[in-house]
Amino acid sequence: MSVLDPKVPLDDDGNEVAIQTMWEDHKFDMDLVNPANKRKFSVIVVGTGLAGASAAATMGELGYDVDAFTFHDSPRRAHSIAAQGGINAAKNYRGDGDSIFRLFYDTVKGGDFRSREANVYRLAQVSNDIIDQAAAQGVPFAREYGGMLANRSFGGAQVSRTFYARGQTGQQLLLGAYQALERQVAAGKVRTHTHKEMLDIVVVDGRARGIICRDLITGEITRHEANAVVLATGGYSNAFYLSTNAMACNATAIWRAHRRGAFFANACYTQIHPTAIPASDEFQSKLTLMSESLRNDGRIWVPTEVGDDRAPSDIPEDERDYYLERKYPSFGNLVPRDVASRNAKIVVDEGRGVGPLKNGVYLDFADAIERLGFDVVWDRYSNLFEMYERITGEDPTKRPMRIFPAPHYTMGGLWVDYHLMTTVDGLFAIGECNFSDHGANRLGASALMQGLADGYFVLPYTIGNFLADKLNEGEVGLDHDAFAAAEEVVTARTKKLLAIDGSRTVDHFHRELGKILWDYCGMARNEDGLVKALGEIPALREEFWADVKVPGSGATLNSSLEKAGRVADFLELGELMVRDALDRNESAGGHFREESQTDEGEAKRDDENYSYVSAWAWQGQGEAQELHKEPLAFRYVPPSQRSYK
Amino acid sequence: MNLTLQVWRQAGPDVPGSFATYEATDISADASFLEMLDLVNERLVLDGDEPIEFSHDCREGICGSCGVMINGVPHGPQRGTATCQLHMRTFADGDEIVIEPWRASGFPIVKDLVVDRSPFDEIIQAGGYVTVDTGQAQDANLTQIPKETADLAMDAAACIGCGACVAACPNGAAQLFTSAKLAHLNLLPQGDAERYERTESMVGVMESYFGSCTNMGECETACPKEISIDFIAMMNKDYVKAKFRNRRSA
Repeated sequence: MSVLDPKVPLDDDGNEVAIQTMWEDHKFDMDLVNPANKRKFSVIVVGTGLAGASAAATMGELGYDVDAFTFHDSPRRAHSIAAQGGINAAKNYRGDGDSIFRLFYDTVKGGDFRSREANVYRLAQVSNDIIDQAAAQGVPFAREYGGMLANRSFGGAQVSRTFYARGQTGQQLLLGAYQALERQVAAGKVRTHTHKEMLDIVVVDGRARGIICRDLITGEITRHEANAVVLATGGYSNAFYLSTNAMACNATAIWRAHRRGAFFANACYTQIHPTAIPASDEFQSKLTLMSESLRNDGRIWVPTEVGDDRAPSDIPEDERDYYLERKYPSFGNLVPRDVASRNAKIVVDEGRGVGPLKNGVYLDFADAIERLGFDVVWDRYSNLFEMYERITGEDPTKRPMRIFPAPHYTMGGLWVDYHLMTTVDGLFAIGECNFSDHGANRLGASALMQGLADGYFVLPYTIGNFLADKLNEGEVGLDHDAFAAAEEVVTARTKKLLAIDGSRTVDHFHRELGKILWDYCGMARNEDGLVKALGEIPALREEFWADVKVPGSGATLNSSLEKAGRVADFLELGELMVRDALDRNESAGGHFREESQTDEGEAKRDDENYSYVSAWAWQGQGEAQELHKEPLAFRYVPPSQRSYK
Repeated sequence: MNLTLQVWRQAGPDVPGSFATYEATDISADASFLEMLDLVNERLVLDGDEPIEFSHDCREGICGSCGVMINGVPHGPQRGTATCQLHMRTFADGDEIVIEPWRASGFPIVKDLVVDRSPFDEIIQAGGYVTVDTGQAQDANLTQIPKETADLAMDAAACIGCGACVAACPNGAAQLFTSAKLAHLNLLPQGDAERYERTESMVGVMESYFGSCTNMGECETACPKEISIDFIAMMNKDYVKAKFRNRRSA
């Protein structure tokens, strides 16, 4: 028996209750905290993106005493702001056959049958509440002329269920949550702590009771106590160095939690997004995403012949290969992200890539402009077209866009149960930083949905259930040995990083790590490569701790020091990503093991041996993590070979 | 490309700063402005110097973290473009570029090119929201909003809170930022109930930190999201109404 208890509600016979009524019934079964007592409980929320801001705001409204931490200068800067395309909900406003069950079904199937059905069903259920809540906050969703909400389609679905606010849906949803948060700040229910980076979790007798932060402006190390700690710190795509994540996105909070006992799940499930602008040179600092929504109207193609150097407009129709439409006639350009990415890699590897470095494929709007007219297409995508032109100097309405896959999202993260609690009592993880809802592949427009579902509609209930029996438990006090010990760890590490004074910059090591992960643990993986990476990463880590150069002091704003701490953690997490990928000798969603593919080259799962969540337990510095398995059962969506043909 | 940079260096808020000169050599024309600074910093670090601190994060022009004065212009020479989206092909080989932080008394300098923009959060706290608790909402399609209204609200809501409007203003005024949020919420039926309280309250906090607007229009020119100063006119109109209305209801 595994030590993992997913806490999915069971009936008296120990069977899971019916999924359709599970969450409603469970809300009734969970313990409540009396409204007058909520103020006696303090909650720390780390991160102020969609998940963190919505959770902090909602808990403030409920009456809890909330402290929200962000390393940014304002909660509004969190990287949720950059999400472009949209947010899914099962409203069925189009009358095209959508339902909660269909959104649930699509998400489980899109995740390649590696997610927990109970969590996914709940996500689909609350999706509709999110749209209502956001609209009530004044999120300016796109409208039709009659004033009703507009929808668009997204990859992996055959219904039109995605709500959007131009190409800035993440921005508008985050501003909605941020404004709700600031309203609670004004009401005195939430205190925001800006420029504070969480560097450790304080665990007292197995319970998370606080955090240690470094003030990024003054360098001061501070202690903070609460009755519960919530991490909402996003994903770890920046382990790859080049990704679509913001520069400061990092895994330090979840990695420190992992080292304090939180199991890390499905580390190898990383999503390589199919539509980013290809890299142009080696000094590039990040990759820029072009929203997947572009695949609604753009057609993806490469020249049929290898080495065709003609300008795209000079290549006649019959010498173009619209490879997604050819291979997947029913989904066409709207296949799920993992399928679209892998196929782009295949044609580029064949030598049919386009652009100066032959590292992209075309995304062509000529047909859409002819069919719909320039104005309609411009209205839908103008900000994306402008962004593309600013970066590349090319006008995508005249010449097809060039796109290529880029690391974008991580389905893996801290293992959580049905209550979104990690394996550390009192430590919750919400949004991208947990592993819960997307299985091995996330569908487009589902990240915003999950972040807000967790923050607005799930955690505020489950945290009450956790706190209900802890009413007069008292404080542990900031002088407690556990706080002093955790602070000492943080202080010593900072000092150590500053003292190495080696010969290479932090970025150098980050780039090297990124190369290893991209080559061996990227869009396609195999045993030889993974074994090689498992040797190279620890060696690189050793070199980092011997030769990194971090100038300046710890008592002031020092971006090199911040980066050094984050890269040090990526150097540990990267090894776990590889270890997890090596363990999973099957292909599933974003994890493609070359050893495990169908005759047609599609990902082939091995349900008999790998239908589990891998949850890794920290065993100490220099030790390999121990693997625990949460078995997955599918009662409602029978596993099948995914087919988008 | 080879460039000469004059960069404002200041160790902290209470110490005097000064310009330092750096040579940025072998810069790709395809590099972004911040990638050029990354490269300069990487070389500074290898020489044992402290890198130039500047705010940045998403590098997609949406988080609003970045923003410096480039040759005296917020976010540099390209209209509608945040610093992170500015590319070096905009400059010519051999150019001298002067780089400074936002200069406004409402935004004190933290270090080098980094400034403190927390007054913007305080303006939002003063009413930049709709009072609706989680779970109180009705079905979203029960409130119909004409497309033109939703589009106009979205034009205003596109503000990224970077502060270029304040930096561009000779008076250091924050009218464009404040009016953009007011217009976003006041135009929509959801924000209508609190329209006048919101307007008076947010303007009050704004005036406690920032200068006064004299309709110079520099803010609109500098705005990376090209937000229109028409929203300032809308705010002024609402503010006058609010003053009468709120006095009557007081």
